[in-house]
Amino acid sequence: MEPGRKRIKYWQWLPILVFWLLVWQLAYTLIGSDLLLASPLQVGSRLLVLVGEGHFWLTAGLSILRITAGFLLGVAIGVIFAVLTARIRLMWLLFRPVIVAIRATPIASFIILALVWMTKARVVIFIVLLMVVPIVWANVVEGIRKTDPQLLEMAQIFGLTSSQVLRLIYLPSVSPFFLAAVTTALGLGWKAGIAAEVLSTPQPSLGSELYNAKIYLETPNLLAYTLVIIVLSLILEKLLLWVLNRAESYFKTHGRLGDAA
Amino acid sequence: MSIRIEKISKAYGELKVIDDLTLQLPSNGLVSLSGPSGCGKTTLLRLLAGLEQPDSGLIKGIEKRIISMVFQEDRLLPWLSAADNVAAVLSSKRREALNWLERVCLPEEFAGYYPAQLSGGMKRRVALARALARPGELMLLDEPFTGMDTDLKENLFPLLWETATRRLVVLVTHDLTDIEALAGQAYRAEGPPLRLREA
Ligand SMILES: Nc1ncnc2c1ncn2[C@@H]1O[C@H](COP(=O)(O)OP(=O)(O)OP(=O)(O)O)[C@@H](O)[C@H]1O
Ligand SMILES: [Mg+2]
Repeated sequence: MEPGRKRIKYWQWLPILVFWLLVWQLAYTLIGSDLLLASPLQVGSRLLVLVGEGHFWLTAGLSILRITAGFLLGVAIGVIFAVLTARIRLMWLLFRPVIVAIRATPIASFIILALVWMTKARVVIFIVLLMVVPIVWANVVEGIRKTDPQLLEMAQIFGLTSSQVLRLIYLPSVSPFFLAAVTTALGLGWKAGIAAEVLSTPQPSLGSELYNAKIYLETPNLLAYTLVIIVLSLILEKLLLWVLNRAESYFKTHGRLGDAA
Repeated sequence: MSIRIEKISKAYGELKVIDDLTLQLPSNGLVSLSGPSGCGKTTLLRLLAGLEQPDSGLIKGIEKRIISMVFQEDRLLPWLSAADNVAAVLSSKRREALNWLERVCLPEEFAGYYPAQLSGGMKRRVALARALARPGELMLLDEPFTGMDTDLKENLFPLLWETATRRLVVLVTHDLTDIEALAGQAYRAEGPPLRLREA
């Protein structure tokens, strides 16, 4: 939430939601073609049917699993690379161009390349990872670089051990950068993962459902699955924030000093 | 063992901050320096701390000394409370940390405050408590009394005298009255390049 903004209450967003549903309905009536745009009612009833099917949950579950796997791997690799490149100059010189190149390459190129290289499910994991690594890497490197040199000098004079320096100086300095990175990376990784699923169509997956909806011109299905993808993305983001908050408060109470009150 | 500074020089670019300085410091006791801003006092303390290396000359007798320091800046960890900042250098003895905060006259209720919630003089006291808490042989204090009133300083002086019986305390201050009140070996500084005159 942006600073200074109050949390929006449900009775404030409910009318807004109704307004946009009405706009949607109006657009549907004006266009007058079920092929181009489905009505809110059509999409809603399609959704109701979907959530009643076991297949739907399997589809969503597997997509979440693939994308989460790519995300976690990407975060781990990003952090490891950040530590290595921030500490070892040769690693920095060697890998910076690689990361810059990955960032500049359209994700579609990678998806098509990956399709040649590996199995469908792996394509998705790989693409999400490729999306996440540069973001996490860049932010964590920045966090490490911006760690206050005066505090590090203090730690040197006071003879803090390397594990204390890590726990008491580096971790708290880097954590805001890390937090910003993982929340951004999750959103982008999720979208890239779905795009990879559309192109690689692993079975079953949300992406291949989108693909089928397009092939068979099932606009209500297309919109219903799109809604599902949006909602899942929001839920995953909330879940991630919750986990990070828990981790932070655990760190605050247990991570610091052995016998802190 | 005493510390001998032998013909050290230190320049930053064109500026010779320290030029051929020789000085003998006792193994314990209180040595204070005062002098105008920019004359090279902090540079001398940083050389003694081993944070800077002299361009030429030698400092003998600091090799294996355990050093504690109040920097010119507070350098407290912003994410730790006052007590935890002190405890961090004590391998976590919180009770001892609280004790040190009390000795530098920080009221008990502020022990749990974070640096951002403390006043300038309070942060200074936490930094001083941290330096006192670390058992060492050499204590370097760079303007430790910034932001403190006379009463408060008078309460802190005995703490420094007591510490100075066990280790060497080198103190830098702007305030000449501090030097007079503290007694001990005192130098008037001028520069750059830094020159020291016994006062
Ligand atoms: N890292 C540095 N790089 C370049 N010049 C420096 C550096 N550190 C100090 N100086 C210069 O050295 C001179 C002495 O600085 P120093 O900090 O030792 O003064 P000081 O006596 O402690 O002053 P003050 O009382 O204002 O703290 C100044 O002119 C300063 O600009
Ligand atoms: Mg200074």
